[in-house]
Parts: sequence; structure tokens; C-alpha cells
Amino acid sequence: MQTMPTWRPDPTLYPSPRSAMQAPPETFGYVVRVNPNDDGKPDAICTIDLDPTSGTFGTVVGVAEMPHAGDELHHFGWNSCSSMLCPSAPHPHMERRYLVVPGLRSSRLYILDTKPDPLHPHIVKTIEPEEIAGRTGYAKGHTVHCGPDGIYVSALGGPDGDGPGGIFVLDHETFDVLGQWEIDRGEQVLAYDFWWHLGHDTMITSEWGTPKMVETGLQPDLLLNSQYGHHLHFWNLRDRKLTQTVDLGKEHQMALELRPAHDPTRSYGFVNTVISLADLSGSIWLWHRPEGKDGDWAIQKVIDIPAVPATEDQLPPALQPFKAVPPLITDIELSLDDRFLYVSCWGTGELRQYDVSDPFHPVLTGTVKIGGIVARTGHPAVDGPLNGAPQMVEVSRDGKRVYVTNSLYMPLDAQFYPEGIKGWMVKIDAGTNGGGIALDPEFFVDFGAFRPHQVRLQGGDASTDSYCFP
Amino acid sequence: MPDLSASWPWLTLVAMGAFHGLNPAMGWLFAVALGLQERRLRAVLAALGPIALGHALSIGLFAVAVGLLGLIVPQRLLLIVGGLALLAFAGYKVVTRFRCVRWVGMRVSAVQLTFWSFLMATAHGAGLMLIPALVRLERSGAAVAAAQDGHAMDHMDMSMPMAMPMPMPSHAPATGGGDPIAPLLGAVAVHTGALLLVAGILAVVVYQRVGVEVLRRAWVNLDFIWTGVLTITGVITLGVGLWQVLMG
Repeated sequence: MQTMPTWRPDPTLYPSPRSAMQAPPETFGYVVRVNPNDDGKPDAICTIDLDPTSGTFGTVVGVAEMPHAGDELHHFGWNSCSSMLCPSAPHPHMERRYLVVPGLRSSRLYILDTKPDPLHPHIVKTIEPEEIAGRTGYAKGHTVHCGPDGIYVSALGGPDGDGPGGIFVLDHETFDVLGQWEIDRGEQVLAYDFWWHLGHDTMITSEWGTPKMVETGLQPDLLLNSQYGHHLHFWNLRDRKLTQTVDLGKEHQMALELRPAHDPTRSYGFVNTVISLADLSGSIWLWHRPEGKDGDWAIQKVIDIPAVPATEDQLPPALQPFKAVPPLITDIELSLDDRFLYVSCWGTGELRQYDVSDPFHPVLTGTVKIGGIVARTGHPAVDGPLNGAPQMVEVSRDGKRVYVTNSLYMPLDAQFYPEGIKGWMVKIDAGTNGGGIALDPEFFVDFGAFRPHQVRLQGGDASTDSYCFP
Repeated sequence: MPDLSASWPWLTLVAMGAFHGLNPAMGWLFAVALGLQERRLRAVLAALGPIALGHALSIGLFAVAVGLLGLIVPQRLLLIVGGLALLAFAGYKVVTRFRCVRWVGMRVSAVQLTFWSFLMATAHGAGLMLIPALVRLERSGAAVAAAQDGHAMDHMDMSMPMAMPMPMPSHAPATGGGDPIAPLLGAVAVHTGALLLVAGILAVVVYQRVGVEVLRRAWVNLDFIWTGVLTITGVITLGVGLWQVLMG
């Protein structure tokens, strides 16, 4: 399934995050749509019209259903991105064309071609879980990042449901499964997200839980015993060896999304922890080391969001003993200029915008309220309360538009929104000078009984591409 | 007027050096990236030495191979084998859809950068492209030696498909001196010098003035052109070799 390189570089590849911010606004995006009903119908990749001048703006204009039911599509990525311009192995004549879509539950991996008809991508290759397990020892594929030398996919664990989880690599061009990425993993067992500082040859990985620890939802005994992940791992990207592990403290359970500075000369980034056992708060941490130095990485908490008191009758059974609704920070996103950090509070129903120009001292610059376990805040475009809450966040390359979906992961949806999440996607307009965010009152994509998850924007967004030039 | 048959190999080496230097994959872009990462021009300039050295080592390997083979293999056979190797490599590039070298890592020591450049030049067949010029120079070096033994007329001039006898070495390359290897080392130096000049100018101009944004507009797929040059060089080399066989 190799395609011929092009004569000119793919126009969606940019040498630096600064130049990517000049990219034209996206006119459509792809969203994962999970089918939570046990009716034998599959999940899908939906195409959403994002062109405000179009008559079908803010509606689903394409549905690419998977051939199997029950995959639980979750995160996904591109075959090619701006890291193709990296100088050590440059090949920018590879088109950004294929979507790489893992099924978190099925461990299957689909490759979709967006070229002949971008609004209706179609499957060109399916990699079965047996092949991935056989060649890598891994199952439950999660994050996808296109790297300078291949497509990297994180996995929660092995086919037996235990750890270690890690990363495997696909060939850029053929999508052959090449093998396990790690050469020396040290003590690392739990896995979740990963990303890198390409200018510093550093990979960072985070921790959630093994497949057995998460597939039936959060297990209270494991949670209360601090068994979910609370470490960050730093690796030498070239040697594929673990170089350092930092502990956030075992009360900070589930260290998830990694957002390194997009500027490759910078050496800091942000990670969220979902819940603190001490007070149900959620927090954002900054990893950093002095610029130009090769020493150890340090980490410190820079944002703390408290739980909000609530009465038992407002809460799902899992939270009733605590008489509070936790913020449940489940996703964060950093704008391409490394200036604004967006924080999803999936419990309290908020999306927050922080100015992180000084990454050590974030300043809250905006809040949008929608959904939430207790608040159930509605949207101007529809009647009545909404459930679910801001979860997956995607920011446009110019930093002016933020897209949010409301479902997390079916076993966790059921614990925190046991009545069943009604899926939606909204758009938030962002001020890029002083900050500030506001809901687009017209834009509301109703997914009904289906659950939307990760969003990918046409030509790239703030969490798909990595850059080798500042 | 300079004798074309004596000067064309050197002109070819310079032109190929400039062509290789132009290719971002041969190193100037890496130099720019290292400069931007460290925010100083000195890092750009410091990268150029290892990049040139690695390229020279790769080219040198081919030069030495040609020199050694030339001692035991007739020129026409060397040309035929070289031509076939060029065509096979061009075919390989097409069949593998111009796959690139796998390399991750931007924080490189001078030794690692030298190795990287060696790897890139070798994987792109940079040395293969120089085979006709190298064979010609190996012959001219050998011819000097042979002339001193009084057997110069045994050697055919591969540059002339008309199979003209080779001009007597009245102004054979000064590096000759009877050693078939010496002009080849001169060839490596000349080629690498041209590469260094072009890559250096590009790196500094892009770092100081133009910016990497230019890549989006100006970076045509050099793999296509590169493979075209490999093919043309292969056809010519093979053709000359076969011609020499036919003409006895």
C-alpha cells in the first residue's frame, strides 16, 4: 500500500509551530463516534463540516463505519505530519493522507485513506490484534503520533491484560508492524500517553493502568490504594532507553495527557492528573529542566482545581460517599504558540483556558461551562440540560477555535454518568491576544445515543504535529 | 585551450559536489536546525565540518574501491560493472518508492554527525554517481605510471566514445605522479570542497536571512532528480564501457 512521494512537499507540513499558525482555517474535521449500545453496530469516524460559510456547517457530513462492532475507537492520528521536515531524515514529500485508528477495546488498528474523498475516508488496511501482539507483545492501542522515522502507537498492556504497557512502531509507508519500541524500560510498567521533545531527543510517557485495571472501569480498591499511575517516564528517544522516572506522589491518581512545548528549543511541558485521593482535586503539573542543559527533569504542580461540594442525591453511586463532585481533569491541550493551555474538567463541566506564557505561573483567562455531573449546564443552540462534559479538546492551528467532545471511555462514562451520556460536540471561540473563551452559540453537533471522542482537524491541529525548527 | 578530456572529470566532480550540497538531506538543513536549536551561527558552522567529512568518507570508499579494482580489472569492465550498479541502484530507489533513511535524534556529537553524513551519502548512492569521473581519473593516474613504463597507448580514453587514443599526459593532473590512488583522493577533496561550499552558503543564508519557511515552497522532490541523475550516469557509463568492448 505504498504511495508515490509527491513533487512538492505536502502543503500541510510546516517547519515550525510558528509557521503552522499561519495555516488556513480547517474546513472539516474527523471525530471518533463510539456506539455504546450492544446492538452489533460498529463505531465510526465521522466527518464534521467546520466551514462557517457552508450550508452544512456544524453537521455530520460523512460517516465511515468500521467493519466490526465493539472496537471502542478512541484516539487516532496521521501517517505524516510536520516532523517529516526534521533534518536528520527529511522526507516531506509524503502526503498527510492516512488516518491511523486504533480500537482501544478490540486492539485492532485501522488505516483509513482520506485522499480520494476527504469527507468520506475509507479503510484500506486492518491490522488484527494477533499481529500486533505477535510482533510487539502489546494490546489496547491508544495514542498515535507520527514521528520522524515511523508511526508510534502507545498500548496499555499485553494481550493477557497485564503490564507492561508501552509503545510500538509502524512503518510510515507500508504500515507494517515493526515491533516494540523500548530497548530498556527499566521499572516502567504502566503506560498511557507519550510525546516528545524532538529538539532534546527526549520521549515522555505517562501512566494510567493495565487493561485489567481499566476495562471494567475504575476499581475502588485499586484507586484507594493508589494503584493507578502517578509517574512520568523520560526516555532517550534515540537509544530507546528509560533515563529517569519522576513520581508525582501516589495520591495523584492517573497521570494522563502529555503536552510538551511545541517549540523544539523549549524544555518543558504539562501533564494532568485526574484525581487526588487527598481531596478529590485535579491538578496540572509542569515538567522542566534548564534550557541547554542535559541534566535531570524536575516536576512541580502549577494548577490545582478543587472539588465542588454536592449532595448525595446529585451524585452517582461511586461519588456519593464523598459528597463532592471532583473536577476530573481528563484532557489538556496546548496552543501551537505554547501560550494557552486548555483544561477539561469532565466532572464539574468546565473548559478552562490558562495563559501559560510563564509556564511556572499559569493565569486563568477564561472558562466555559457546559454539562457536568451536577451542573448539567445547557447550550444556547439546544433546549434542556446536557450531560457528559468537556472531555477531548482540540485546538485549531491558529489557536482561534477549540472543539470539545463529551465522552471519555465507556466503562468510565458508566461510572460517572450512569444514566448514559448523550453525545455532543461544541465549538469554542478563543481570544488569542489577552485570552478569553466563549461558546459558539450556533455550533452544536448532536450525536444522540452515540459517544464522540477524539477530534482531528483537516491538515493538522495542536496535538498531531511535532516540529524540529523553532 | 584546456583539453576537455582531461578537465571534464574535475568539472563533473565539482558539479556533483554542488548538486549533493544542494540536497537538504545531505546536511545543510541539519546544520540550520542545530544553529536554530542553539540560537547561534557558530553551531551552524561547526556542523559543516563533520557533514563534509562524513560525505568525503563515503565518497572516498568508492574512490578507493575504484582505484583498487582498476589495478586488476580492465577499464571497460569497470565501466560496465559501474554502469550496471548505477542502474540497479536507481531501480532500487524507484522500487522502494525512495524510502528514506531511518534516523531519530538531533543532539549529535561531531562524531555522530560525521557518521550521519556518511550514512546519508552512502544510502543515497552519492559515491556511485561519481564512478565515471573516478574511473577516468584512476586511468589517468595509471596512465602516468604506465607512460613512465612506456605502455600508455594500451589505455583507451573512456571519455571519448569514438575511442580516440588517450592524449599523452603532457598536462595530466598534477596529482598523478604515477600513483593511481592520488588523483582519486584529489577527486574526493574537490568534490567535497564543492559540496561544502554550496551546503555552507545555503545553511548560512537560510539560517541568517531566508528562514526555514522557504522549505515549503522550494523543496522539490530531489529524490526524483537524484534518481534521474543516477540513471543517466548509469546509462552513459554502461554505454561507454560497452563501446570500448565493441571497439576492441
